Amino acid sequence: MKKVLKYVLYDILKNRFVIGYTLLLLLLSFAFFGFEVNPGKGVISLLNINLIVVPLVSIIFAATNFYNSYEFLELLSAQPLSRGTIFFSQYLGVCLSLSLAFLIGIGLPVLFFEGTMVGFRLVLTGLLLTLAYVSMAFWASVLTSDKAKGIGIALVIWFYFTIVYDGLVLTLFLSLSDYPMEKATIIFSLLNPTDLARILVLIKLDVSALMGITGAVFQDFFGSAKGVWISLTALCIWFIVPVFMAFKKFSNKDL
Amino acid sequence: MILFKDIEKSFGKLNVLSDVNVEFSGGHSIAVVGPNGSGKTTLIKMLLGMVLPDKGKVYFDGKPISESHQYRGRIGYMPQISNYPPNLKVSQLISMMTDIRESAGWTGKLDNELIDAFEIDSFSNKTMSTLSGGTRQKVGAALAFRFNPDVLILDEPTAGLDPAACEILKDKIQNERQKGKLLILTSHILSDLDELTDHILFMNDSRIQFYQEIKGLKEEFQEDKLGKIIAQLMRAKSKSQSKILVS
Repeated sequence: MKKVLKYVLYDILKNRFVIGYTLLLLLLSFAFFGFEVNPGKGVISLLNINLIVVPLVSIIFAATNFYNSYEFLELLSAQPLSRGTIFFSQYLGVCLSLSLAFLIGIGLPVLFFEGTMVGFRLVLTGLLLTLAYVSMAFWASVLTSDKAKGIGIALVIWFYFTIVYDGLVLTLFLSLSDYPMEKATIIFSLLNPTDLARILVLIKLDVSALMGITGAVFQDFFGSAKGVWISLTALCIWFIVPVFMAFKKFSNKDL
Repeated sequence: MILFKDIEKSFGKLNVLSDVNVEFSGGHSIAVVGPNGSGKTTLIKMLLGMVLPDKGKVYFDGKPISESHQYRGRIGYMPQISNYPPNLKVSQLISMMTDIRESAGWTGKLDNELIDAFEIDSFSNKTMSTLSGGTRQKVGAALAFRFNPDVLILDEPTAGLDPAACEILKDKIQNERQKGKLLILTSHILSDLDELTDHILFMNDSRIQFYQEIKGLKEEFQEDKLGKIIAQLMRAKSKSQSKILVS
C-alpha cells in the first residue's frame, strides 16, 4: 500500500493543480485577515470559502483525477495487488494532498490570526468537508465509466448540497409554517454536510441570535457537547459511507 | 495450470463470452485467434482479474483467482495498447513495478535481457507520455519478462514494433518457451503465431470454437500454413451465419 501510495502522490504533485490550490487558499486567507481589523470577521469570510470553494475543488479534482488515473488503475490491477490496495492508495493519495493543501492554505493563517476555538472548528470542519466531497467524487466516478458523465454527477452533487438543498428545505418550511418545525431543522441539517459545517462554526460566533426561534433550538442542540459530537459523527459518516459504497462498487467493476 | 470453467460474461446486452470451458497446461504455447470483437482480450483480462465473470470461475493452479491476488505475481502481462501513467518516467515505472512485485513476495533474479536489447536505459529519463507507441510497447514487453514469470500473457505483442525489435522479442519468446513456461499470445499476424505457438484456441461469436494442437489441425486441413487454415475457418463461419440469416 505504502509503495503504491508513493507513486500516486508523486503523480498528483506532478500536475501542479494542488500547488495552485494551496496558493489560492493562502492568498484568500491573507487577504481576508488583512482587510478585516477584527479577525472574527475574517473567519466569517473564510467560512464562505470553506463551504463553497473547498467542496467544489475537492469533488471536481477527485473526480477528474480518478478518470485520468484510469490507465494507472488498469496497470496496477494486473499486478499482485488487491482491489482494496489499489482503490485506497488512490483515495488516500487524493485525500492527503487536498488535506495538506487545505491545512497550509487555511489552517496555518487561521492558527496565526485567530487561534481560537472558532478557528479550530473552521479548520476541522473544512478538513472533514474535503474528505466528504472526495468520497462522494469517488463514488460518482466508479458508478460510470464515462468521464463527462462522472464529472457531471460530481458537479450536480456539489450544486445540490450547496444551493438546491437549502432552497428545498426553505420551501418545505414555508409551506408547513403552521407546524412546529424547529426539531425537524436539526434533522435536515444533519442530512447535508455543508450545512453541518456551517452551523458548527456559526454557533460559536454568537450570530445564532439572528436566526430567530430556530436559532435558539440550534443553540440548544449544536451548542451542547452532545450536539457537537453528534454533528461531528454525522460529518464523519458523510465521508465514510460514500467511500465504502465506492469501494464496494470498485471491487466488482470491470476495468 | 489455468482453468476456465463455465464462464459467461456480457457487457450490458452484448454477450462477450458464453460457455467458455478450457484448460491451459504449463509448457504449452497457445495462440488465441479470432475475428475482432470475438472476446480474446476479455478472456485475457478475465484471467488477470480485471474483468469479472458473470457466471463460472477461473482457476490458477487449482485455486479460484477470485480468492487471492497473489497468483498475479506469477504472470507477466503485456497489454494490447500500452496505456501507462503519463506522468511517470520510464525509470520510475520500472522501479515501481519492481517495488510492487518485491513487496508481494517476489524474489529471484531480474531478467534485464529485453531492457538491454531495446536500449531502454537510453530513454529512461523521459516520461511515458512523450514516448511513441512502439517505444511504449518495448517498455511493456521488457516489464512483462522482467520478473521471470511462470505464465506470459502477450496481447498483440508485435503490433507497432519495428522489424528489428520484433525479431528481438520473438527470439525472447522462443527462449522462454524452451524453459517450459506457459505462453498465451494473441495476434492477427498468423505467421508469427505459426512460429511461436503449438496450440490454437479459436474464438468466434463469444464462444470457443475449438482448442487443439496446431500440428493436428494442419493434418486435418492438409495445409502447411496456419494463415490459410484460419482464413478458411473464418470464411466458413461467416457463410454459415449468413445461411442462418437467409433461412
